Amino acid sequence: MTAPIIEVKNLSIGFTGKSGRTLPILRNIDLTVTKGETIGLVGESGSGKSTLALAMMGYLKKGLRVLEGSATFHGRDTFGLTMRELEEIRGGKLALIPQNAGQSLTPSMRIGAQVSEALKLHSQVDQSARLSRVVELLTQVRLPDPAALVDRYPHELSGGQQQRVAVAMALAGEPEALLLDEPTTGLDVTTQAHILKLLRDLARETGTSMVYVSHDLGAIAQVCDRVAVMYAGEIVLEGRAREVLRRPIHPYARGLLASIPKLKEARLPVAMEGRPPPPGGAGEGCAFVERCELAENRCRQSRPALDLIASGERVRCFRYDQVPELPAAGAGVASERVQSVAEQSALELSDLAISYAKPGFVEQLLGRPSTLTPTVDDVSIRIDTGETVGLVGESGSGKSTILKAVAGLLTPFAGVIRFAGSDALEPEVDKRSSDHLRRIQLIFQNPDESLNPRHTVGEILAQPLKLYFGLSGKELRRRSEALLERVRLGAHYLDRLPGQLSGGEKQRVAIARAFAAEPELVLCDEITSALDVSVQAAVLNLLNQLKQDEGATYVFVSHDLAVVKALADRVAVLYQGRLCEMGPTAQVYSLPSHPYTEVLLGAVLEPDPDVSPVLAAEDVVERSPPAKGCPFQRRCPRKLGNICDTQTPPWQSTGDAHAIRCHIALDELKSMQQGNAAETSRVSSFLKTVSDVQRSEA
Amino acid sequence: MMSSTPLTLAQPRPSAFARAAGVVRDIMSRPSGAIGLALVTLHVVVALLSPYLVPYDFKEISSALMLKAPSATHWFGTDHLGRDILTRTLLGGREALLVTTIATPIAVTWGGFLGILIGLVGGRLDDVLMRVVDAFLSLPKILFVLTAATMFGTGSEVLIPTLAFFYGIPVIRIARAATHDVVARDFITAARARGQSRLTIIGVELLPNVRDALLVEGAMRWSWMLLTFSSLSFLGFGVSPPTPDWGLMISDARGFMSFAPWAVLAPVVALSSLIIGINLTADAFAKALGIDRTEKVPV
Amino acid sequence: MLNLILRRMLLGLTSVALVSIIIFAGVEALPGDACTAFLEREAEGKRLENCRADLGLDRPAIQRFFTWAGGALRGDFGVSADGQKSIAEIVGIRARNSLVLAVVAAAIGIPMAIFLGIVTALWRDRQVDIWVSAIAIFAMTIPEFVSATLLILIFSVWLGWLPGVVIISADVPVSELLPEIILPVIAVSMVLTAHILRMVRTSVIEVLASDYVQMATLKGVPYWQMVFRHVLPNALLPAINVIALTIAWLLGGLVVIEVVFNYPGLGRLMIDAISDRDLPVVQAIALILALVYVGVNLTADLLTMIANPRLRTIYSSK
Repeated sequence: MTAPIIEVKNLSIGFTGKSGRTLPILRNIDLTVTKGETIGLVGESGSGKSTLALAMMGYLKKGLRVLEGSATFHGRDTFGLTMRELEEIRGGKLALIPQNAGQSLTPSMRIGAQVSEALKLHSQVDQSARLSRVVELLTQVRLPDPAALVDRYPHELSGGQQQRVAVAMALAGEPEALLLDEPTTGLDVTTQAHILKLLRDLARETGTSMVYVSHDLGAIAQVCDRVAVMYAGEIVLEGRAREVLRRPIHPYARGLLASIPKLKEARLPVAMEGRPPPPGGAGEGCAFVERCELAENRCRQSRPALDLIASGERVRCFRYDQVPELPAAGAGVASERVQSVAEQSALELSDLAISYAKPGFVEQLLGRPSTLTPTVDDVSIRIDTGETVGLVGESGSGKSTILKAVAGLLTPFAGVIRFAGSDALEPEVDKRSSDHLRRIQLIFQNPDESLNPRHTVGEILAQPLKLYFGLSGKELRRRSEALLERVRLGAHYLDRLPGQLSGGEKQRVAIARAFAAEPELVLCDEITSALDVSVQAAVLNLLNQLKQDEGATYVFVSHDLAVVKALADRVAVLYQGRLCEMGPTAQVYSLPSHPYTEVLLGAVLEPDPDVSPVLAAEDVVERSPPAKGCPFQRRCPRKLGNICDTQTPPWQSTGDAHAIRCHIALDELKSMQQGNAAETSRVSSFLKTVSDVQRSEA
Repeated sequence: MMSSTPLTLAQPRPSAFARAAGVVRDIMSRPSGAIGLALVTLHVVVALLSPYLVPYDFKEISSALMLKAPSATHWFGTDHLGRDILTRTLLGGREALLVTTIATPIAVTWGGFLGILIGLVGGRLDDVLMRVVDAFLSLPKILFVLTAATMFGTGSEVLIPTLAFFYGIPVIRIARAATHDVVARDFITAARARGQSRLTIIGVELLPNVRDALLVEGAMRWSWMLLTFSSLSFLGFGVSPPTPDWGLMISDARGFMSFAPWAVLAPVVALSSLIIGINLTADAFAKALGIDRTEKVPV
Repeated sequence: MLNLILRRMLLGLTSVALVSIIIFAGVEALPGDACTAFLEREAEGKRLENCRADLGLDRPAIQRFFTWAGGALRGDFGVSADGQKSIAEIVGIRARNSLVLAVVAAAIGIPMAIFLGIVTALWRDRQVDIWVSAIAIFAMTIPEFVSATLLILIFSVWLGWLPGVVIISADVPVSELLPEIILPVIAVSMVLTAHILRMVRTSVIEVLASDYVQMATLKGVPYWQMVFRHVLPNALLPAINVIALTIAWLLGGLVVIEVVFNYPGLGRLMIDAISDRDLPVVQAIALILALVYVGVNLTADLLTMIANPRLRTIYSSK
C-alpha cells in the first residue's frame, strides 16, 4: 500500500443548535484514501456524506465547525491551511465534481472561459496553448463538437453535457484525487450510465483517486473499490465494495440493500421502519439502535467503535457476526405483489394525443391547422380493474402528461378517455361529475409541493372527506384518524403541519388524502422518486397493502425500471410521448424488447459490482419528437434505415398481450438481443468466478 | 410492520392567536424590530391619548410668545404664532394616522382581491388589466392625490378614498405575483383535480399562502401613505390650519429655521420616528414571516 | 432578437397611449374645465359659452382627445389656461431643469449605490454593513421634504456652506444652474442611493449563496477574482431593472424636493399648475412623466436583454 493521499482522523463536525447545544452532524470519522483508489461514501439524506467530502477540501458550509479531529491532504491538515494554500489545492490536486452541474457552472461565463480559468489557476499551460488544452479536455470527457462548445453558455447545454463540463473542469488541474458529490443524481438513466462509464474510464486512465458520494448503491457498485456506509453522521461499515454489497455485516447496510428494488427480483423491496435520529439525538448508545432488530441492552448503553474485523472490513456494531444469520427478508415483511385483476375495464385510452404547444398567432388568424407535432400521440391503453400498470420512460417521455390528461388537468386534442367501461370521460376537470372526480385520484411526485404548507394534516385530509362525503365534526375526525392509521401514522399527526414531517411521512399523508376519496383509480406520478430508498420501499409496500385492502387500480408512472417491475402487473414503455412496447411485466422485462426498452434496461444500475450497464445508445437529448417515422429513430442502436425515418412502425405481438412497435421482425430482434445478453452474462459469470476465488482465498 | 414511531419533536400547530403572539415575539427578538414596534406603539398611544395630555390649547395664538426657545413652560418652544409646539407635535400625527390606518386596509383589500382574481383567471383579463395598472404606475401617485385634493377638498372623506384607491393599484401587482407563485404549485393542482370549487380554492388553499405577503405589503403601504399624506400637508394641500399636522408645521416653520430651529425639529423628529418605526417593524415582520422584503421594488 | 425589441417597444407605446387616455379621461372627469378655472366667478352664461367655443371645449370629448394627443405627438401641448402662453415653451425649459437635477443625482447616486451595495454584501453583518445599512434605511424612509429641510438646516443655516434655496430664473444656461443645485442633488441622490444600495446588496448576497460561487471557491478561484468574475456579473444584471424602477419612482419625490429648494423644475411647475387648476399644463406634465417612466424601463429591459446571455439565446432562437 502506498502512502495515503487523504486521511481523515477522528473528525467530528457540528453546529450550534437553537437551544445553544452543540449538535454533531459528523461523528468520529476515520477514513483513508490511497493512490488510485475509489471509495464510495453511501448513505441516505442527512447522513453527513456530502459534508464529509467537502471537509476533505477544508470547506465547511456556513454555521458548521470542526469539533475535533482532522482531515489531511498529503499530510497537511486542510483546516490549518491559509486561504492561499487552500486555493492552490482546491481545483488543483484535489478537485470537486459537484452534484448539480447546471447550478454549479457560472451562468454568465462561457464554457471555455470556465475551464480555462481552472487551467490558468492550476496548470503550467501558457496562454497560447490554453484554448487547445480546453478543447482537449472537453474531448477527453467525450463532449460532441468541443471546439464549438467553448463559446457556449452553460444553459445551452443538456444536463449530461453540463456534468461533463464539470468533469473537464476538475481534470484541468490534473488532480490526484477527485471528490464526486452525487455527480449523476437528477440525470436520466441512460445519461447516468454514460457519465459513470466516463468516470470509471478516467479513473483507470489517469490513476486518480476518487471519493464518490452517492445515495445510490447502484452507482457506487459501478465505480468503487471500497465502500463506506454512513448513518446519522457515522461510518457504520467500511470495506471492499464486493463484500459490503454482497455480504453486508452491519444491520443498517443490510437493511439498506434489502430496500433497493432489483431488476432480477419480482417482489417488493423490504422496508426499514423508523427514521434516523436528528443531529445530536443519537444518545449514549448506537445510533441505529431504535431501528435495529439485533439491539440489546449494551447497544443502548454504549456506542460501538468502528472495529477492524478478521474479514478486512471495519464495522460499528457489537453483534456484526450475527448479521449474516438474520432471515433473508430482513426486518420488514417482504410482501408479495398483490394480484387481483378482474376482466373489467377500469380505464381505456384510445388514440390519445396531447399537445402543450398552442397554435401560433398567425395560424389562428388564417385558420390554418397547426403543423406542430404533438407531445403525446397515438396512445391507446386498456387497464383492467385491480391492475397496476406502470408507465416507464425518461424525462420528456410524456408519462406524466398522460396522467394529467386522465385527471382532467390537460385537455387532449384527440382521442377518448373511458373510465370504468362507461362513456367517454369529460376531458376537462370542471365538467366532470363529482362521482367521477371522487373515483379518480392523483398522487404527486413531491409532497412538499402537493400538501398545502399552511394546512395541518387534519385539514388536508378533511378536504376530500368534506367534499365527497359531506363529513364534519366527530365523524370527520374519526375517519381522518382511521385514514392515518391506514398509512401507519398515529392520530397525533392530525395537528401537525407538513413542514414538521419527514419526506416519507408527508408522502404517506398525500397517499391518505387520495384514499380518503375511496377511489377506484389511483394515478401515481413518480411518487417515490423524491424519497430515500428505505422510505421508498416503505411507500411501495404501503401502496401494495392498500391495493389489497381497497381493491384500487393503479397507474404508476416512474423513470425507475426496478421500481416499476416491483409493483406493476403490466408495463407500457414510452419514448417522446409515443408507446414503444406494452405487455405483462415479465414479458416486457425479457426478450425480445423494443430497442428503446433494451437501452433502458441496459442502463439500469444494480447494486452489484459484477453487473455493469450496457450502453447501447448515445445520451443525446431530444427536444421534440420526429414528425414521422419511429419516435426512437434518432438514437436507435438497431436502426434499419430509411424505413424508420418515414414510416410509423407496426405493433408486433409476441402473444400474451405483449406487443412491440418496431420495424424489425420479432425473432430477428430477439436473436440480436440474445447475442448481446450472452456476451454480458459470459463476462459477468467470469467476474463472479474471479470474485469467488478471491473470497475463498481471503 | 410495526407502526411508525412518533419521532417528530415538533409541537402541534399553534392557534391563530398563539401564532400572532409568536410573530410579535420574533419581531421583538430583533433589535431593529423591537425599536420599530416600540416607536409605532408609542405613536399610536400618543395619538389616542394626546387630547387629554396636552398642556395648552393647540390654536391659542399669542403675539407675546412668538418663536420662543424651549423653556420650562414651553418645553419645545413656541411657533411663529406663539402656539405651544409640544402641544401641536403631540396632536400633529392624529389626522395622518387616522386617515392612513383607515385607507391602508381598504387599499390592501381591494388591490389584493383584484390581484388574486386576475392572477387566477389569467388570459385576456390579466393582459388588459395589467396594462392599465402599468399605466397608472407610470405616474407619480402624488400627482393624482394632489389633483384630487385641489378639486374635491382636503377632508378625510376625500383623502381616504383617494389614498385607498391609488395605493391599492400597486397591491394588485404584488398580489398577482404572489398568486402566480402559489398557483403553479401542486397543492392547487390537487385541489383542482379533486374538483374543489373555485371559491374554496381561493379561500382555503390560496389565501393562507398569499396572506403573509399582503400583510407585509400593507405595512409598507401604510408608511408610504403616511409619507404622501404629510407631503401633501407640507405642500399646503392637506390638513387645513389651524389643525396641527407635522407636515404643515414643518412647512410653516421652515421660514424661521435660521433663528428658531426647534420649531422645525420637533415635528421632523416626530414624523421621522413614526415612519422609521413602521419600516423597521415591517422589515422585522417580513423576516418573522419568512418573506424578505428587500428584493421588492418600490412601486 | 430584433423582433423581440420591436415587440417590447410596441408594448411601451401601448403603455404611453393608455396613460394618455387615463390622463385625458381623468381631467374630463374632474368638475370644471379650463374656462371655469380661467373665468372663476364670472363663469356663467354667454361668457362661458364664448370661452368654450374659443378653446374648442364644446366639441365632443373623443374629438378633443385626438386633437390633444395629435398635438402632443408634434410637441404641441396647446396653450395654458391663464395667460395664453404656449405650454410646450413653459414645460420645455422646466423639464430641462428637472432633467439636469435628475441626471446629476443619478450620475453620483448610482455608482455610489452599486459600490456601497457590493461592499455591504461582501462584509455582511460587519461594522461597515451595519452602519451603511442603518443610514440607508434612514435615508429611504424619511420623507423627502424632511431630509431636504434637514439638509438646509445643517449645511445652509448652521454651517452656512451652501445656499439653502435656488434663486435663479428658469431659463439660465446649464453652466449657471449647476453650482446652485448641490443641496438638491444631495437630497435626491440620498434617496436614490439608499434604494438601489439595498437591492444590490440583496442581489449580491443571493449570488454569494449560489452553488456556482461555492463551486468557484472549491475550484480554488482566489476571492477577488471570484467576486469580479463569478459574483458581480450575475448579481448586477438584475439590478438594471431595479435601478430603472427606482429612477422612475423618484420622479414623484422630485416634485417635493423642487418645492423645498424652490428649484424651477417640472415638479414645482406641476404644483403651481395644480393649485391654479391649469389642467392643460398638468396634462402635459403628466404625459412627460409617463414618457420618462416608460422610456427608462424600456431602456433597462433592452439593456438586460443584450447583457444577459440566457435571455439572448432564448430570444434569438425564437
